[in-house]
Amino acid sequence: MECVFGLVGNGFAIVVADTSAVHSILVHKSNEDKIMVLDSHKLIAASGEPGDRVQFTEYIQKNVALYQFRNGIPLTTAAAANFTRGELATALRKNPYFVNVLLAGYDKETGPSLYYIDYIATMHKVDKGAFGYGSYFSLSMMDRHYHSGMSVEEAIDLVDKCIMEIRSRLVVAPPNFVIKIVDKDGARQYAWRESVKDAPVPSA
Amino acid sequence: MKLDTSGLESFSTLTAPGDDVVGEFSAPPSFQLPNSNDFDGFVKEAIQMVKPAKGTTTLAFIFKDGVIVAADSRASMGGYIYSVKKIIEINPYMLGTMAGGAADCQFWHRNLGIKCRLHELANKRRISVTGASKLLANILYSYRGMGLSVGTMIAGWDETGPSLYYVDSEGGRLKGTRFSVGSGSPYAYGVLDNGYRYDLSVEEAVELGRRAIYHATFRDGASGGVVSVYHVGPEGWKKWTGDDVGDLHYQYYPVVPSTVEQEMVEATGA
Repeated sequence: MECVFGLVGNGFAIVVADTSAVHSILVHKSNEDKIMVLDSHKLIAASGEPGDRVQFTEYIQKNVALYQFRNGIPLTTAAAANFTRGELATALRKNPYFVNVLLAGYDKETGPSLYYIDYIATMHKVDKGAFGYGSYFSLSMMDRHYHSGMSVEEAIDLVDKCIMEIRSRLVVAPPNFVIKIVDKDGARQYAWRESVKDAPVPSA
Repeated sequence: MKLDTSGLESFSTLTAPGDDVVGEFSAPPSFQLPNSNDFDGFVKEAIQMVKPAKGTTTLAFIFKDGVIVAADSRASMGGYIYSVKKIIEINPYMLGTMAGGAADCQFWHRNLGIKCRLHELANKRRISVTGASKLLANILYSYRGMGLSVGTMIAGWDETGPSLYYVDSEGGRLKGTRFSVGSGSPYAYGVLDNGYRYDLSVEEAVELGRRAIYHATFRDGASGGVVSVYHVGPEGWKKWTGDDVGDLHYQYYPVVPSTVEQEMVEATGA
């Protein structure tokens, strides 16, 4: 099952997601990137039904971009999170999206932040959060070792501990993970943690 | 999500004479819902009817010379077994595979072909495989939960080279280098993953596709018939083989007369 987790450190926020695209017992793909770059300083890590996940996050991404075009300034992370929650809430009683979202962002005024938004439109601003079966393992790991103001090295170390724990204890543990970071320099991919590599394709 | 009914648009509504009020639009295109007291139950039954139809094995993979697309041909309805063409030619450089409801796949692939052609005419350039698969995925997403059963792969060669996308009726869309869809897909994956190398020659790749489908039809009861293998190259697609799996079986595993270990002889005496 899909594992998504994230935490806030000293001037940055990190989100981690597994990269398996699964259909009942089959793994269709083990390098599917589930963390979308919402804009220059925001990341949205989503888990849930495959169609909903892509459609919903793209919809949020395009609307965030539209706001910026119309108003000349980007949305704050809090505003984007509230917008996302609002869209989930509006659709909930009609045509619900089965997507759980961790929204991480960096604002110049308020620094890094992480928002936990689940599929029934619950929203919390958190220091650390997780979704999926992996959350049973990563949440307690993070509770134990987290302290506010962690450095990037400490945070990556904690992330690796969580991934190790998920890999060793979860019965259908996903083999590969992607780690993305957002800080004052923007949102970008930090690393992959792969234990199953696909057949190498020589790059063009 | 607003339903995308463009596939059902009849162009006569656009040319109908306007009403007395200028700017009034005619009613949006829609299809009739069946008369039934229990619409939810009706939809559930429709979905259940189509469910066993994903009895098939299709696969596609990218290699250095393009994309190989292979499929079996078995379609079963209750006790009957048919042979169906499961590789759909969307246009001369794009192929789609069929798994799930045959009518759903055929209709929506044909509809996709129309949209691709319209894109070409409007933009004076061919549509990319990314664009075509996104068009199809968006249409299927808007019909989510309504009982469509489509598990398809869109394979083609566009300006960026060979491309392969998996699109299904749950709204999923994945870009990848190797996919197999259908009830026989786990069996095909095993043979395919093991024999795959990026630098296969076209003949070797065609043979890999054929072998993988054959092994899936051997083990999966819902797959069988004829294996079709297509190759999509820079010039477009070309059909390579269409072999009956029964013939393939004896070709790969010819009957070897085995030596008799123990021969029964008549007992002498009482």
